[in-house]
Amino acid sequence: MSMQMHVNKTAHAGPRNLTSLKKGESGILERIDMSDVDAQRLMELGFLPGHSVTRAHAAPGGDPRVFRVDGSEVALRRETAVHLILR
Amino acid sequence: MDDCHGPSVATLPPPGTSGKQHIVAIVGPPNSGKSTLFNRLTGLRQKVANFPGVTVEHRMGRAKLGHLREIFVVDLPGVYSLQPRTEDERVTHDVLAGTMKGLPKPDAVMLILDSTNLSRHLSLAAPILSLGLPTLVILNMADDLHGRGGEVDAKELAKQLNTPVVLISASKGTGVEKVFEFLNGAPQHLPPKPPLLQLPVLQNVPQVRDWAANMSRRTNFRAPAPPLWTRRLDGIFLHPVVGPLIFLLVVIGVFQTIFAGARPMMDAVAAAIQTSGKWIQGTMPDTALRSLIVDGVWSGVGSVIVFLPQILLLFLFIGVLEDSGYLARAALIADRTMARIGLQGKSFIPLLSAYACAVPAIMATRTIENKRDRIATILIAPFMTCSARLPVYTLVIAAFIPEKPLLGLFFGTRAAALLGLYVLGFLAAIITARLLKSTVLKSTRAPFILEMPPYRWPTVTSLVLRLIDRARVFLRRAGTVILAVAIVLWVLANLPLHNGKPPAIGESIAGMIGHAVEPAIRPLGFNWKIGIGLITSLAAREVIVGTLGTIYGIEGTTQSMGLQAALRHDLTPGGAAALLVFFAFAMQCMSTVAVVRRETAGWRWPIIQFAYMTVFAYVFAFLANRIVSLWF
Repeated sequence: MSMQMHVNKTAHAGPRNLTSLKKGESGILERIDMSDVDAQRLMELGFLPGHSVTRAHAAPGGDPRVFRVDGSEVALRRETAVHLILR
Repeated sequence: MDDCHGPSVATLPPPGTSGKQHIVAIVGPPNSGKSTLFNRLTGLRQKVANFPGVTVEHRMGRAKLGHLREIFVVDLPGVYSLQPRTEDERVTHDVLAGTMKGLPKPDAVMLILDSTNLSRHLSLAAPILSLGLPTLVILNMADDLHGRGGEVDAKELAKQLNTPVVLISASKGTGVEKVFEFLNGAPQHLPPKPPLLQLPVLQNVPQVRDWAANMSRRTNFRAPAPPLWTRRLDGIFLHPVVGPLIFLLVVIGVFQTIFAGARPMMDAVAAAIQTSGKWIQGTMPDTALRSLIVDGVWSGVGSVIVFLPQILLLFLFIGVLEDSGYLARAALIADRTMARIGLQGKSFIPLLSAYACAVPAIMATRTIENKRDRIATILIAPFMTCSARLPVYTLVIAAFIPEKPLLGLFFGTRAAALLGLYVLGFLAAIITARLLKSTVLKSTRAPFILEMPPYRWPTVTSLVLRLIDRARVFLRRAGTVILAVAIVLWVLANLPLHNGKPPAIGESIAGMIGHAVEPAIRPLGFNWKIGIGLITSLAAREVIVGTLGTIYGIEGTTQSMGLQAALRHDLTPGGAAALLVFFAFAMQCMSTVAVVRRETAGWRWPIIQFAYMTVFAYVFAFLANRIVSLWF
């Protein structure tokens, strides 16, 4: 494990993403850094760039977390949520 | 242990006198109330079917219209779009385009949308209306919409979309008569004119979503207030401390009810079967036919029907959990634990159902989008202790383990042995899952996405329909496969005739088969009679109980003994332990093999699974026999 990898893994080093939202906090989605197929699926559920996302409850231990988006609630794991970048 | 016959291939019954059969398809996003509406329209006149060549399931039913007329309704999988990315989407697209084999192009479409989430759900209207089929747009959950202060102008939406729109509540039944009106006129409906707001040319997600937003704005849609009750309940069910406790209570409650609560009902069924068997014995003359009916059919089929109450209770629970919305919360809570063995939250419920029966459990894996996770779940599901193993466990434990209290009055040696067998199956599942997920089924990084539907009261209609469906499937299996096995076994056990009399069981055809396999199973401590049981139980595990009942009933030395005493006479303690372990691990169930073949669309996985489980079972049964024989 090099130092470089360690830095990349921490949430604060990269751009703000869904995992930076605290419970009840909202943010505007900027983009989804995932393959087209995965991004499309998330967009169909309401994770569209320019839309607001609110962090709701979470599973015990904080992962996965529930997000309110476009009138519904969707749970995502941390590993997925880090790829949804906020403005 | 039900659903023996996988759903049949989609076929329409021969056309009636009216000529062409008319078909109307129901399409909608997940959680829009498609199934509730389908149940309302078709009631009990429905069946589950599969399209040839794909693993996607659909339900087909007949909606009764007035004047002896009927119309076929097809319930398609829930989709958000018709982009053929997943199998569900491809099937829905192909059916609506009329290119699906085995199903003519539908005459009309019913597009069902959740009115409380109209802006987003309207997105599906764009690709559906582009198809040019006569379409009825159904805005469901009207009660919920109004209850939370939302509003939608159905007339205006109809004008804007240029197609009829109705506002209904499928669960309460309000407005359903308007759907019937549409069905009544289905053959004459004309293709819709294009909507006033031009459909997006490029149907990508952002453009379609913009179109839907504009459309709902034009119809003065007022979104309802957030579902307060759902948020309050989530505050409890997803509470960091209370949530997991409730989760555990639910799981324990399900188990307790299935095992303890079902007991009186099972006893009642068993008593009824016994009494009726005796009655037949008393009324019929002593002929071979009587022997066939009483010794073959009644004891064989009867020993299986006893499990009906248990199966129904389990499906009642799953139905309540699913319809109320708690199932999604359970998946959320279970996700992290399941992730440790390489699976995910959505595998939890199928695996929990596998404790009743692997067949519906394997069918329930359809909710797992990730193919590799799904196959891994399918492959480990049969290790979960299904209720078909219970009669075998109960019989052998009662015969060999004396009841002694371990923890007061509530937990004795027999319960401990039973629990131990459950743990054994669970451990085998975990080991196998780890093995699979770290080798052949290593996951691609497909995201785990779980929608959290609002909490709703389950409706009695939906629960009752589900239970009737389960009971029908289970009884059909008891009336076909198990009946056939019972009859074939009785015939094999009574042939060839010696001087016009049935032979001793050891000299019958069944006995010869048993003797033939004996060398292979002797290391496990089994004799030829158990061998016959192992072969017949390939059809279904619980069949071994009926088989042994038949064999011991026919054989002279054990005829007067009860089944338990006969087993003690026949098996060493080591052999009994081996028998338990063998049944814990072996895939002795043709229905499971059949459903795995169907769900994985080929023979590869079921063959691998069957071979793996049989070898696993043989090795550990051998060890169990050796180890136990050291002490007893």
